[in-house]
Amino acid sequence: MTKTKAPMKAPMKAKHQRLGLVTFALIAIIAAGLIAVWALRNQANYFYLPEDIAATPPQVGQPVRLGGMVQAGSLETLPDGITVSFVVTGNEASSVPVRYSGILPDLFVEGSGVVAEGSLQTDGTFLATNLLAKHDENYVPKELEGLEGHAAQDKVAETTIGL
Amino acid sequence: MIAEIGHAALWLAAALAILQMVSGALVLRSPEGETSAFALYARPAAVVQAVLAVLAFLTLLHAFVVTDLSVKLVATNSHSMKPLIYKLTGTWGNHEGSMLLWVAVLALSGGLLAFAERRLPERTMSATLAVQGFVATGFYAFLLLSSNPFERLPVPAAEGIGLNPLLQDIGLAVHPPTLYVGYVGLSVAFSLAMGALITRQVNPNFAKVMRPWVLGAWVFLTFGITAGSYWAYYELGWGGWWFWDPVENASLMPWLAATALLHSVSVLAARDALRTWTIMLGVVAFSMSMLGTFLVRSGVITSVHAFAVDPERGTLLLVLLGLYIGGSLTIFALRAGSVAEGKRFTATSREGALVFNNVMLSAILAIVLLGTLYPVLTEAFDVRVSVGPPYFNPAGAIFAIPMFIVMAIGPMLRWKDDKIARVQPQLAVLGAIALLVVALVVFLGDYPLLPILGLALAAALAVAAILPLKGRKITRVPTATWGMVLAHFGVAVALFGMASESAFTQERLAAVGPGGVEEIGGWTVQLESVNPVSGPNWTAIEARISASRGGGEPVILTPQARNFWAPTQSTSESALLTRWDGQLYAVIGDAAGIGADGKQRWQLRVWWKPFVTFIWYGGLLIAFGGVLSIVGRLQVDLKRRKAARVGAERREDQAELAASGAPAPEPAE
Repeated sequence: MTKTKAPMKAPMKAKHQRLGLVTFALIAIIAAGLIAVWALRNQANYFYLPEDIAATPPQVGQPVRLGGMVQAGSLETLPDGITVSFVVTGNEASSVPVRYSGILPDLFVEGSGVVAEGSLQTDGTFLATNLLAKHDENYVPKELEGLEGHAAQDKVAETTIGL
Repeated sequence: MIAEIGHAALWLAAALAILQMVSGALVLRSPEGETSAFALYARPAAVVQAVLAVLAFLTLLHAFVVTDLSVKLVATNSHSMKPLIYKLTGTWGNHEGSMLLWVAVLALSGGLLAFAERRLPERTMSATLAVQGFVATGFYAFLLLSSNPFERLPVPAAEGIGLNPLLQDIGLAVHPPTLYVGYVGLSVAFSLAMGALITRQVNPNFAKVMRPWVLGAWVFLTFGITAGSYWAYYELGWGGWWFWDPVENASLMPWLAATALLHSVSVLAARDALRTWTIMLGVVAFSMSMLGTFLVRSGVITSVHAFAVDPERGTLLLVLLGLYIGGSLTIFALRAGSVAEGKRFTATSREGALVFNNVMLSAILAIVLLGTLYPVLTEAFDVRVSVGPPYFNPAGAIFAIPMFIVMAIGPMLRWKDDKIARVQPQLAVLGAIALLVVALVVFLGDYPLLPILGLALAAALAVAAILPLKGRKITRVPTATWGMVLAHFGVAVALFGMASESAFTQERLAAVGPGGVEEIGGWTVQLESVNPVSGPNWTAIEARISASRGGGEPVILTPQARNFWAPTQSTSESALLTRWDGQLYAVIGDAAGIGADGKQRWQLRVWWKPFVTFIWYGGLLIAFGGVLSIVGRLQVDLKRRKAARVGAERREDQAELAASGAPAPEPAE
């Protein structure tokens, strides 16, 4: 190599380079933040109790979470064998009928807490795409803490522990 | 007695951590160039502390193995009838035990650093050990004050409560320890970064010391996340491999930061650029692993991973988190100005591409971070929300797509300054491949946008990953370059698996009686029978399913619905049939009433997931690429040391010759 080729573009001055870098990084992070905030407002899955659904129902088809207790005696398997319907109740008298096609989660029983992911249909039933129940004795969906009926459930857990 | 030894060892280790912190800090107070009397203590303190912390962990392991029911932790988390392997892994299947494992790994890596690292200036090393001691002290305090794993019961329990059945799996042996090693490796990288910053030694030499720690941590994180993803996939029986669960995000965030860090530390080591940037990423990566620990261990979020909800622990962890992040940012703010600017480069250079992707990774990190914290923040205003794939997938893709494109181009560019025109032919080929894939997939059927883009990018990336080998003699390619090629190829493979899974998965849910047949994705699935079976600590119903494809030999699958009796809980054990082009995934559900033919029906859920296994093959390739990269650096390092030694010997010989008056031999060149 006898000939050293001068670069077409001289590298930037050190200070300018650092400034450019910091500006680029800041713009990208702020853009990420703005996109996140905007998307979160649109996409976050809001949590509803049955009384919330009665008072201010979400739009039909909007993905939300519904949490409450599975009413005793309401769990029913439809003739196709894979769709179940049940009623979710909250602290007050209000209740929401739910339909779900799929394998019920472990520990899903009447009288216990459940969080259903899905959307409200035009006929007023809640079509669940996913059910979250307790994973184990120690885990209760956070949304269900402080719900009526929870105490009874705790009692069951306590009395079965160590068996 | 043995548990008390462990407890005492932990207290001693904590005391040594304080000694390490104080003596390391005192060295810094002595004037530069002088050897401080305190320099003697920090290294031995770190090494002995490692031995003690590991001893403490081993005693807890012992308590679990012999099921010592007078130890509260064992009584609440183990059971005498549990298989031995789960007694062992159950040691860290709970809050206290997992924190002890974390601390033991932390002490062990600190000890390793103190014992083996001799390349750094003594002052930098002292500062590093002081920071490491500071981090460790916080965790010892947390463990001893709020989560003592060795607490005894006043009266020994008659029998243990047992381990969550979901955790009774070989996954528990692999997933948490590897992730912890990853987290903790980042803490060493952080201590090194702080040490270099405090003593103003941010230079390529320091980067060369830091690089193996970052690479190692990153390899373990990659492996841990891959293992965890596969574990969740087959154990939870939902057929998904990533749920954007807050705890998954807690492991993804340090990985994203570590990925950025490992690239920038390589630039610093090779090119002496990106000095402050590397330090900043070191702080961010460690902060993310701390935040992850806080989110998982404080009970702020609920998840399968959150073992215990205890406000006291949450507050303590938050204080620690604030101390670490606040302290490091303060040091950063004070010292960043004093770090001299490194070498310069243009936007179209390999450094430029690396910086671009570093920023994209940080942006994805911000997206994931905000999405994870949003529910926690809104809860303060009594609004309960959950954030899932509809947010994470598109918002992440906005930054991931440009990142993958630049990732394809970057390795072809030269350091310092290059022109896009030089690599135009390669770019044209890559562009053509991507367009071809898009055209093909759109022709095949109606699929969502993101999977199509994913497939196209995966194809282009796979080719781009091996392009750096073009025009090179394969046998002469350095091991570290192979590492990069393999890791980048692994990203393409994993991306292909993800895109393929989300685009082409077929699902069938039905109530079938014995003899019933279902068709899915070219497979014929027949439920042969359903029988009761039992294991060491569970009973189950087991379905015998025969699956065949294209008239081939049928294969028997046996998914189970298990009922554990300690603790009482039911789980579904999915059955997987792996073929090179995908997996058949079967789950048996509840009894579904009596069918029209008078037979008992069962719920059966079957998925055909084309190329889903590529996700984890890709993850393994990425991790293996990282291993090769470490091996390559070590080889070069050893070679250099040998060359330096040989050179020194030769100079000595020459000096002796010159002293004896003989004429110096002519150099060969």
